[in-house]
Amino acid sequence: MTRITIDPITRLEGHGKIEIFLNDQGDVENCYFQVPELRGFEVFCVGRPAEEMPRLTSRICGVCPEAHMMASAKALDALYGVEPPPAGKKLRELLYSAFYVTDHTTHFYALGGPDFVVGPDSPAAERNILGVIAKVGLEIGGQVIAARKRNHHVIEMIGGRAIHPVAALPGGMSHPITEEQRREILDIARQNVEFAQFTIDLFHNVVLANSAYVEMITSPAYTLRTYYMGLVDEHNKVNFYDGLVRVVDPDGVEFARYMPVEYTDHVAEHVEPWTYLKFPYLKKLGWHGFVEGKGSGIYCCTPLSRLNAADGMATPLAQAEYERMYETLGGKPVHFTLATHWARIIELLYAAERMVELAEDPEVASPDVRTLPTKKPTEGVGIVEAPRGTLTHHYVTDENGILLEANLIVGTTNNYAPIQMNIKRAAESLIHGGQVSDGILNRIEMAFRAYDPCLSCATHSLPGQMPLEIVIRDSSGQVVQRLSQNID
Amino acid sequence: MSSKPKLALYWASSCGGCEIAVLGLHEKILDVAAHFDIVFWPCVMDAKVADVEALDNGEIDVCLFNGAIRNDDNAHMAHLLRQKSKVLVAFGSCAFGGGIPGLANLTSRDQIFDWVYYQSPSTDNPQSVWPKPHVKVDEGTLTLPTFWNTVKTLAQVVPVDYFVPGCPPEVSTIEAAVNAIVSGTLPPPGSVIGPDTTVCDECPREKNMKKIKRFYRPQEVIPDPNACLLDQGLFCAGIATRAGCGARCPQVGMGCRGCYGPIDRDLDHGAKILTAIASAVDANTPEEVEAILDTLPDPAGTFYRYHLPHSLLRRKELSAANGSNGQAKPERAEMVAASGGRP
Repeated sequence: MTRITIDPITRLEGHGKIEIFLNDQGDVENCYFQVPELRGFEVFCVGRPAEEMPRLTSRICGVCPEAHMMASAKALDALYGVEPPPAGKKLRELLYSAFYVTDHTTHFYALGGPDFVVGPDSPAAERNILGVIAKVGLEIGGQVIAARKRNHHVIEMIGGRAIHPVAALPGGMSHPITEEQRREILDIARQNVEFAQFTIDLFHNVVLANSAYVEMITSPAYTLRTYYMGLVDEHNKVNFYDGLVRVVDPDGVEFARYMPVEYTDHVAEHVEPWTYLKFPYLKKLGWHGFVEGKGSGIYCCTPLSRLNAADGMATPLAQAEYERMYETLGGKPVHFTLATHWARIIELLYAAERMVELAEDPEVASPDVRTLPTKKPTEGVGIVEAPRGTLTHHYVTDENGILLEANLIVGTTNNYAPIQMNIKRAAESLIHGGQVSDGILNRIEMAFRAYDPCLSCATHSLPGQMPLEIVIRDSSGQVVQRLSQNID
Repeated sequence: MSSKPKLALYWASSCGGCEIAVLGLHEKILDVAAHFDIVFWPCVMDAKVADVEALDNGEIDVCLFNGAIRNDDNAHMAHLLRQKSKVLVAFGSCAFGGGIPGLANLTSRDQIFDWVYYQSPSTDNPQSVWPKPHVKVDEGTLTLPTFWNTVKTLAQVVPVDYFVPGCPPEVSTIEAAVNAIVSGTLPPPGSVIGPDTTVCDECPREKNMKKIKRFYRPQEVIPDPNACLLDQGLFCAGIATRAGCGARCPQVGMGCRGCYGPIDRDLDHGAKILTAIASAVDANTPEEVEAILDTLPDPAGTFYRYHLPHSLLRRKELSAANGSNGQAKPERAEMVAASGGRP
């Protein structure tokens, strides 16, 4: 049997590995996407005071610490049975919207976008942020840096620090913002809306105007029919900070709509001995292996999944673009993995518009940002939508609020099974009779990158290139072919 | 061939926050690129381990290494980069002191696996499997790096020349380190790059050195926005933690948790915090001190939040972490019991 190892660890040491096995006919027999990391947060947080959890769990991920801080803060609200005052809640959502703008911007321009903007067939060395600058113009690089910088500034104003912010407590936030800061944030938010609109125009002009790209997006190699999950508000509109978790089936029909505290009725995690990461699935359907379709419990939680699981967007510009996407791609739900990039910039626009709404509200600068808890803590579940998927924090404490148990289901983990299946599908379409196409590196990478996977944030490759090396060995271990991109 | 000094950056067991912090230099990142020939930075640019292996020993002028060492792969890279680098810098709290993931030294591998793969409420594992370094599947054998019981700091694995504190280091801290390297004004080897003063020294809150009768948890009170948090009975490690962060956490009403580590003269950060805090309580007898300190939960996880692997304690005795009795030395057992760690 021939074995192909795609080993990003040639560069991203120890942070992810893909093994592809071919059968005697030289076709793909099986794929394994291994995650070689574990740190044990759920266990070493036991014994810690619950109120420290936002600051402890933000260290799960330096790319999305805001998501862990928010899920944790909401779990603490539930744990202490306390409702933050309106300004406390709005401040959290304002910080979180700024975070979404910076995170989705980074992904579109530096990680996922270059494939389309520069072109999937252009040399690997050009498919990065510098290639985007070369094609679209130098000022775009400055705009991306400026967008990241101004939104990190907002995160620092509200959260105390730009990376690993600290200001969340049970019942709200540790400090208010001033009226002057509110006006500054409003100005930043308006710039974000302009920037998001520019980004959407760019996507239309470069990607959608090119029929070859549209054909690739809608091709079977990048199609996967699963259930879709996302947080929705009371009108079933996409919400990142609060609401109910809604799941739709592969036909787009609502399958579940649950409160955070009910998550264990709906989600379970399967264990495999060849990876440190677990595979979540819909509990009521059960684990049936890596298969798609209505009978399988495998679900997906990405920007596209969130749009599929909702009835629309809560802000007008994002809603218009939402309708345009589904009209263009043939209605809901969309199963094309690469359309995730389009969905992501629709979310970018929503986050920017939502930021304006929140910053326009004078109440966000109210000094009343925290409610002191009065109840004894017992158990709490908090859920937010992290950029990479539904994020669940669940704590059980003693009556002093000291952690007895913690269970976390983080964003990317939700998508572990779909990522593995997408990799296999791309490999199957490109490997036949033992012949491995040179294009396989980028094609597998594109399937992988659409998810923006964040395995302990370790697989982030900022110039937009996942360094990959495929080593094909015969059964005696001799190297028969070596393909690499972005390495030499 | 570039005459610029060669720079390498690497991440071991980390969250990626140190990488984002370097990118947080924003447009100044271009200055770094102008001064250095960046030869290896897996998060951001193209280069492979084989390229590092091909370098002469000591050919990399400076390596900024972030993340703790908690599996075989991390250790391998630490040894390789030590060999190839003239100056090796432990960058950030995890490489320096073990960081928050270093709190895993209050537990054990078995304890972690038991919860993650068997006990947690969402886990479904009827076959009772857990990940193994070598696993036979139908098509062959798959391998995973071995997960260690103990999280180690970089300096516990290889000799380290300099330490840059912070979780993550603030932009000003990174700039100071880069400037010291560029201008050739590095302090003596073994130094921590940063001011040898405390967070209190740069905190704008008004400090009156009040003696406190009890500690409050952060969710119990809304503190005065201008007065020292410790004076108000809120635990703050700023009194015994190195400056350089700008006292950002206290400024938004959250006590310092010590991510910049101890100042030069203090070997054990947790012990120093304990001593400093004890001196702030309003008590006349050791019993009274103890009673007041009892109002502060989880001393081990609080005082050693970022520096447990680097401390004199290093870890909870494995036998104690795994739940058997009688093996732990008394002082460690006490610290563990006080931490509220599960049996």
